Order: sequence, then C-alpha cells, then structure tokens
Amino acid sequence: MRPVLIRGGRVIDPASQRDETADVLLADGRVTAVGRALGTPDGAEVIEAKGLVVAPGFVDLHVHLREPGREDVETIATGARAAVAGGFTSVCAMPNTDPVTDNQAAVGFIVSQALRAGTARVYPIGAVSLGQRGEQLTEMGELVAAGAVAVSDDGKPVATAHLMRTALEYALTFGIPVIDHCEDHTLSAGGAMHEGLISTRLGLKGIPRAAEDVIVARDIALAGLTGGHVHIAHLSTAGAVNMVREAKSRGVRVTAEATPHHIALTDACCEGYNTNAKMNPPLRESHDVEALRAGLADGTIDCLATDHAPHHYDAKEAEFDYAPFGVVGLETALGVAITELVGPKILSLPALVARLATRPAEIAHLAAGTLAPGAAADVVVFDPAAEWTVEPAAFFSKSRNTPFAGRRLRGLVRWTLVGGAVVHRSGDAAPGR
Amino acid sequence: MSPALGKDLLGLEPLSAEDLRLILDTAEPFKEISERAIKKVPVLRGKTIVNLFFEASTRTRISFEFAEKRLSADTVNVATAASSVQKGETLVDTARNLEAMRIDMVVIRHAASGAAKFLADRIQSNVVNAGDGMHEHPTQALLDLLTIRDHRPIAGAKVCIVGDVLHSRVARSNIWGLLKLGAEVAVCGPQSLLPLGIGALGVRVFRRIEEAIEWADVLNVLRLQLERMQSGYVPSLREYYRVFGVTEERLARAPHDLLILHPGPMNRGVEIDSRVADGPHSVILDQVTNGVAVRMAVLYLLAGGRPELAEAAKGGGER
Repeated sequence: MRPVLIRGGRVIDPASQRDETADVLLADGRVTAVGRALGTPDGAEVIEAKGLVVAPGFVDLHVHLREPGREDVETIATGARAAVAGGFTSVCAMPNTDPVTDNQAAVGFIVSQALRAGTARVYPIGAVSLGQRGEQLTEMGELVAAGAVAVSDDGKPVATAHLMRTALEYALTFGIPVIDHCEDHTLSAGGAMHEGLISTRLGLKGIPRAAEDVIVARDIALAGLTGGHVHIAHLSTAGAVNMVREAKSRGVRVTAEATPHHIALTDACCEGYNTNAKMNPPLRESHDVEALRAGLADGTIDCLATDHAPHHYDAKEAEFDYAPFGVVGLETALGVAITELVGPKILSLPALVARLATRPAEIAHLAAGTLAPGAAADVVVFDPAAEWTVEPAAFFSKSRNTPFAGRRLRGLVRWTLVGGAVVHRSGDAAPGR
Repeated sequence: MSPALGKDLLGLEPLSAEDLRLILDTAEPFKEISERAIKKVPVLRGKTIVNLFFEASTRTRISFEFAEKRLSADTVNVATAASSVQKGETLVDTARNLEAMRIDMVVIRHAASGAAKFLADRIQSNVVNAGDGMHEHPTQALLDLLTIRDHRPIAGAKVCIVGDVLHSRVARSNIWGLLKLGAEVAVCGPQSLLPLGIGALGVRVFRRIEEAIEWADVLNVLRLQLERMQSGYVPSLREYYRVFGVTEERLARAPHDLLILHPGPMNRGVEIDSRVADGPHSVILDQVTNGVAVRMAVLYLLAGGRPELAEAAKGGGER
C-alpha cells in the first residue's frame, strides 16, 4: 500500500493534546509521523488538507446494521460504507439483530462480514442476556474472545435490577462496559412520542421523562454497588443528565452518550405526525436539549453516538402509532454536531473531536481515536465550514429515514481513511439501488 | 372544493371561529329535512362516499350513513371485519385502491391518531375524520356545539368535560371548538385520566365533580371505557361512580340547572345516573338528532356546496 501524506491541515488529536497545523504521514496501516513540513516519501499519495481539519476517525458506540435478519434495510457492508461517508472509521453494532448476537458464532459472523466489506471497522456488541430475553446471562467470555467490545440488550433495557447487577459484576472480568437502553416499559408502554403538550394535542400516547430517569437511577445505584462500568445509551432528559453528573462526581463508573438528533431537535418535529421524528427515546423539549448540550460541554456526556437505525420507507410510511422507532444518523452526525454545537460555541472543534473519537474509543477500549505515531491510520479529513443540504436519496445507507432531510448543515467530510487506505472521498456517489 | 372549508375536515384545531359558525349555520336548514316524510334532497346526487370504519362504531357510522343518504349520495360501508386490513393491507394501499375507484369522499374512523390526516395527504378525495385514535372527533364536537347553541349562546358558557379526557378524541375536539367560540372550558376527572399539562390548552381543571358542577352551565359527560380498570387508571366502576358520577343528588346542589350532554354510548350507573340521563336537563337524544344535520352540513360544504344556498338546497333545486 502506498504511503499517504496529509499535508497542511489543522491536526486535532485530543489524545495527544495536539491542535496545530501539521502534516500527517501514514504508512503500512499506521500513523508514522505528525509534524511540520514532513517530506513526501517516494510514491506517496498526497492529500492537500489546507483549511481542513485532520482528526482521528470517528468512533460510534451505537449503530444498528440490521444484518443478520433485515438485509433489506441495511447490511454490514452498506452500514459500514455509510459510516465512512460520515467520517466514522469504527462503529459498534448493537446485538438486536435476527438472530440476536448472543453467542460467539454470531459475533464472528459480524466480524467476518465487516472484513469482507473492507471499509469501517465494525465491532460487535454482544447481548447481555440470551435472546435479549432478560433471563440468563450470555457467555460474555466467549463473546469477547470472538471480538465483542461491550454488552447490551439495546432496544430494551436490561430487564431487571438483579440481572443488571450480575451483568455489571460479571463483565468486570472482561473489562467491558454494560451499555443500557434506559426505559421503564411499564411507564412507556404504548407510547409513541414524548409526553407533553404536543402529545396531548396530537392524541398520541406519551413516553414520560420518568421512564428513562427511573432506570438511569437504578443503573447508577447498581454501578455504585458493583464497581462495574455502565454506559448509558442515548440520554434524552435533563433529569438523566443531572443524575449522571452527580454520579460521576462521586466516582461512580458511569459514562454516557447523546445522539445528534436529541441535541438538535424537539418534540415539535412530531407535528403533522412526522414519522421520521419518531424515535426511542423520543425527542423531548427545549430544556432537555439545553441540558444535553450543557452535559456535552462539561463532559458529563462523554460522547456523541448516532443510534443509526435504518428502516424501510414502507415502514415509516404509516400511521404514527404503527411506524417503527428510529432514524439513520451516520451520514449527518458531523454536520449536525458542527451546526448545533460548534456553531453556537457550545463545543470547540477539539472538544467535538474528543466527543466523536477520543472518548468513545476509550469507553469501549478500542485501539482507535488517536493520531499518535504508531496508532492505526484511521483518519477523517473534514471541512468545518463547508455547507451542504441533506438529501436522503444520496445516502450510502440503504435507508432514508432521517429527520434532517432538506436541512442545511455546516461541516462536510472530505476524506476518510481506514488503515491508511482512502475509503471515502466527498463526491463519491452511492451505488444506485 | 369549498373555499370556505378546504378539502378535508380532520379536526377542529385548525378551524377558525368563522369556519365553525359556517358549519353550524349550514346545519340549521338541514335539521328540517330529517323531519319530513320524504327525507331526501338531491344535493349530493351522483357523489360516491366510502365510510371506512377501521374501528367499531354504531351511532357515528349510522349517523353518517343517514346524512349521506338524505343528501342522495351513493355510499359504501367498509368495516374492519370485512376489509383487507385483516389480510395485512396498509392504509397507504387502501387509500390508493380507493382512489383508483374514483370515489368523491371518504369518511374514516381509525384507532390511530393522525390516520385521517395520513389518508387525506395521500388522496385527492375529500376526507372526513369520524374519529382518529385519541386525537379528534370533529363532527361529534360540532353536534355538541349545535346542541348547546340550541339552548343558549356558546360564547360565555361554562362547559365542563367530565371523565376520561386522556383517551378522549371527543374531549379534544370539544375543547378546540368551545374555546374558539368563546366558551369557558374545564375538565374534571381523576388525574390519572387527565393529560399532563392539559391546562396549557387554556382549560381549567377540577379535581372534584362537586366543584365542577357548582361552576358549570353545561356538563359533557364522557364514557368511561371499561378497559381503563384493567390498565390500572381507576380502581373500580363502583368507586368511579361514587367519586365522579353525575348524579341527581350532586346536580340538586348546583346553584342553577345544568345542560347535560353525553356522546354515547352511556354506561348508566357508571359515569352518569340514569335519572340524570333521562331527566329534564338531558339533551343526549337531541345530540343524536343534531348529529345527522351537522354531518349533512359538513358533507355538503366539503362537496362544494355554497353555504348561502343550503336553504335553497333543501327545496331540491340543483346547485
């Protein structure tokens, strides 16, 4: 493979406290040098990055790639391609596929499909319980040996406090986080959107904030009890942000993520029964959005994660109650984050890179998220000022269910490299389908 | 399409006070047609209307059907059990198939909130919402308004909606309609059956029925769905009647007589005492009569009928 010299960009690598104009040299799949005026090795490919940001490839702790089971809406290959189009070089695939990723063979299948696809690195997340049924723990040792980097029953909460306790304890042996989707089903059952004035007007059953908050409180108490590492998926409420902040101040091993849509949108997007604004947890109110942004700013919320959830257009073309929850997010995450967080000066660009690359890599203990010499040559080069319009038809994902269609965003990925090879450049066209 | 009303009637929230008065005023001349020996005028002759009922309904469906037939429309009833929904057909496909049959209007009742709008956005025919989930039931609220107006001005009236407001499309449509026409509106029921933040819609909330009765001029008493007990919203019918039942004893303590409405079907002895339902201040059967007239007015206006000709239309002249 030819060496690659990325020349003259603003190199932002929070892991090595670097934010300066520099060249980055990649060879043999590794970062070999970062510095000023590096010479161009013979035969090297040169990427001119003047005016652009050069950062470690982004890491997404929360994607649904739908394979195996729903290859009609996404495959590991199309999901990984969408990932690199969004600047993500590593993604962690949730286990709620069909069949569920609850054994080493299923983990191995995802690893091998990702290798065949050859774009983003895909790290499987194993289930906490067999079949995600909330009864019996999975063989986490075997899952980890096969390549799993975390466990979760995502799509649902870990069913009982006892199971969560034992999962946190058992996972300590393997040093992996337990990721929880915090939702008390007895409070949320039948709900389709945030419970508030808009749900009352639309006549839709609401999902109260408390459905999330009571399980976040449970999980924090159990992490405190066990010393285990709980990672709270997709925070959506101001109350949950406050609980995580308070728990961290006491030294509880809790980390948390927020999605781009929860930091950008409110339940007002559901007006007109817009099913592309239907997700779980639901879009909440502006003071929750403010709390999430503040949590990202002060580090209470460690990272952004997309909760990329592809659905067939037929499925979203339905009555609001009957449409599935979820939106795609890989290809809009950077633009939404720059527009909604960097633009209003809630995060600096280095802080954003930390939330998109450094911290998520640390949480899942991935060898990623840094441009330190010797690190894997996973790099994103993006233009923080370029504006573009979200056109779902141009997505690399098989699915189009985004609440950002038609939105003008700032921040565009120019190149994405994985293992030193260019796997995406802006202007690449998605294959027709 | 009537310039006054638009293509569809999906709810009362988007309508203006003027729109509401137009419908009510248009209903007035249609009331008389149902009193004739020959209850038929030709204003919708040649129009085809599909009554698409995805949810069980007796009185609303029959009321629409009478309204359509008395306006000489050709009607087809599609009920859930007989439809292809049971075979897994989506509402989109149902809509496209109806469109392909070149129908003029659809009256839809559906368990999902927003289903009427969903259909209306996808077909060119006029769509009338006959109740969508917990969202709106506009013709029910219109007939309630017409019934109140028969007895007293709506502006300034104090109307309290009693019972399961949380799950009630009738309550939501009534709140919009009454507020727009200048009534004062309150709701009363156990907090477990009132939506969070209902006060923000501009209504007063009473925790106790006694206080509501003391305040109100009109009570609109909602049906308590029996399944609400199984879902844990209220402990028992007996207790509901004791705490929230509209009884003669409670009404007797009111400072003045109250008009009593109920959208039906009633659970006698649960939300309402039989002596109240059958008593002198009950207008429950007037509501049913007015329902046909109001639906005739809505269909007539949506089909392009001009309000000023409604009086003439009943004479049988062509539009």
